[in-house]
Amino acid sequence: MSENGMSKSARRDPAKKRKKSSADQTQLQTILIRFSRHRPAMISLVLLGIIALFAFLGPFLWTWDHTVYKEIPSNQPPSGTHPLGTSAAGHDVLGQLMRGAQQTLKVAFTVSLLSTAFGSVWGATAGYYGGRVDAFMMRVVDIFLIVPLLVAAAAIAGNSGAGTSWSAIALIISIFSWATIARVVRGVVLSLREQEFVEAARASGASAPWIILRHLLPNAAGPIIVAATLLVAVAILAEAGMSFLGLGIQLPDISLGQMIGSARTAVSTRPWLFYPPGVLLVLICLTINFIGDGLRDALDPRQTRVRR
Amino acid sequence: MLVYTMRRVLGALPVLVLASILTFVMIDVSGDPLADIRMAQPPPTEEVLQQAEERLYLDRSMPERYWLWVTGIGGNGDIGLLQGEFGPSTQGPHYDIGAAIAERLWTTLRLVGAAMVFALGLAIITGVISALRQYSKLDYTLTFVGFLALALPTFWFAGIMQAAGVKFNQLVGDQIFATIGDGRFRAEGAPLWDQFLNAFAHMALPTIVLMLISFASWSRYQRTSMLEVMNSDYVRLARAKGLRNHTVIRRHALRTALIPLTTVVAIGVAGVIDGAILTEVVFQWRGLGDFFITAVDNNDSFALMGWLLLSGTIVILANLVADLLYAVLDPRIRYE
Repeated sequence: MSENGMSKSARRDPAKKRKKSSADQTQLQTILIRFSRHRPAMISLVLLGIIALFAFLGPFLWTWDHTVYKEIPSNQPPSGTHPLGTSAAGHDVLGQLMRGAQQTLKVAFTVSLLSTAFGSVWGATAGYYGGRVDAFMMRVVDIFLIVPLLVAAAAIAGNSGAGTSWSAIALIISIFSWATIARVVRGVVLSLREQEFVEAARASGASAPWIILRHLLPNAAGPIIVAATLLVAVAILAEAGMSFLGLGIQLPDISLGQMIGSARTAVSTRPWLFYPPGVLLVLICLTINFIGDGLRDALDPRQTRVRR
Repeated sequence: MLVYTMRRVLGALPVLVLASILTFVMIDVSGDPLADIRMAQPPPTEEVLQQAEERLYLDRSMPERYWLWVTGIGGNGDIGLLQGEFGPSTQGPHYDIGAAIAERLWTTLRLVGAAMVFALGLAIITGVISALRQYSKLDYTLTFVGFLALALPTFWFAGIMQAAGVKFNQLVGDQIFATIGDGRFRAEGAPLWDQFLNAFAHMALPTIVLMLISFASWSRYQRTSMLEVMNSDYVRLARAKGLRNHTVIRRHALRTALIPLTTVVAIGVAGVIDGAILTEVVFQWRGLGDFFITAVDNNDSFALMGWLLLSGTIVILANLVADLLYAVLDPRIRYE
């Protein structure tokens, strides 16, 4: 990612869009244009797309998958037949990397979806009702915020022995990450509920669930989308940490964190096992954080970057 | 101020109680402490299982067990948090969870503390510089470094630093950085200076690793808060009075800009504890990280509960301190 390449590709983009007159833009168009002007975010989006293709389409195109083959010689440095080398047991590292990235992305996006769905309803309900309901519901949020995410998730996964399938891991991480979303949404809803359109809805006899789902949440969409995006990166690091500790996704399946964990003692002797999964993890998190930043600028220009 | 303090402390208590319930239920439901015994070959007799169940209080109902865990009333004297007992362990009747935690707590707290202090210092300096030179090359570089640090998996970076430490030692031909272990036993009884050198050698790399994660977000925060203050009216007034730039920044702007950081740091404690576990595993420290892994491997429910509640308590305490500090630092907050 050189500085030069960055600026060239991004400068072309907004120029194309600027030809449109700004008067007949819909809200969505405005947001898209604002986002497309955020240079790092656009580059990140393309990069993340490429990584996703690599992770989900790659396994269909590449000769080896992530399992052990006895035809694969062990501990080979990168070569023509195995571009990223092979592991001690006889894995093709490129094949492992594709599968690992796929599992990581699946976990992260599932976590983001689940936590956002649950967290935003929880937060909106607390914010809408206010008073004692709010006080109690936010106490619960506080409790989920004080247990360290990784440790708690790893404890549950390890204790229950559920740490093998990606969906179980995703569920466990979600349990401990919805609270951040709830807090963000509650804050937004607190100010939204005082506005006229909510009062109008109430006056015309709309029920509380209806107001929350049809009026409050759509209006809080901006901050919710931003928080959900940033949560993806948090989930990726949590999953990687769990798998690194051996409490996440386990052999014969593979994830990037687990690859790093098993290559931990081979950093200088077999660097091809250690560096690629780490670089890929960093790239995924970096792109997602930049996209989140771009989305924030596009959707919600007033909000400053506050991250846990 | 006293009333305010009391109210804050009392307010933290229900959170602590709820946290203990959450911890207990989660661990109790998710695991089976007897899994290892059941899997043993040859299969254990009914008698052995019953004895183990009795020793671990598994013959009682869950609410009873929770009450027992907290108060220890009606137990065998090895349980009850309020009496300072963490409960029986699956790792044998002689394994005292409380003693094991106490033995390792200092090792971990030392690392967490050092990392937080250095991270805070560096975050303030870079945050302020970034804000003062907004949109300069330096600002962009620091911002990018921050983004990079946020995306770095702790354990991967720890592995790199460890390898780099080994390389460096080879290059210099001397053991400058110790890359394995916490060095607790090596320095006992040595002169003070040697003890310090030993501690430094073992702590330097893990501290750098752990520092980086929190540094990134705190620095971003400090930058935002500093920018906000620099654009405020009273800073403009201070400049209009003809004060020197240096004085304005140090005496007027920085002091106010530091206030929000207390909250952010308090919230960040949970993340640092997470990172400390990973760092300790990579550098093979015998701290609370190692304790945690052993507890998970042995399905040691009471050990896990104790650990989780301890880290939860640390975070609650940090938030409490931040709240109180906030009241002292920020004159806009009235505490009647």
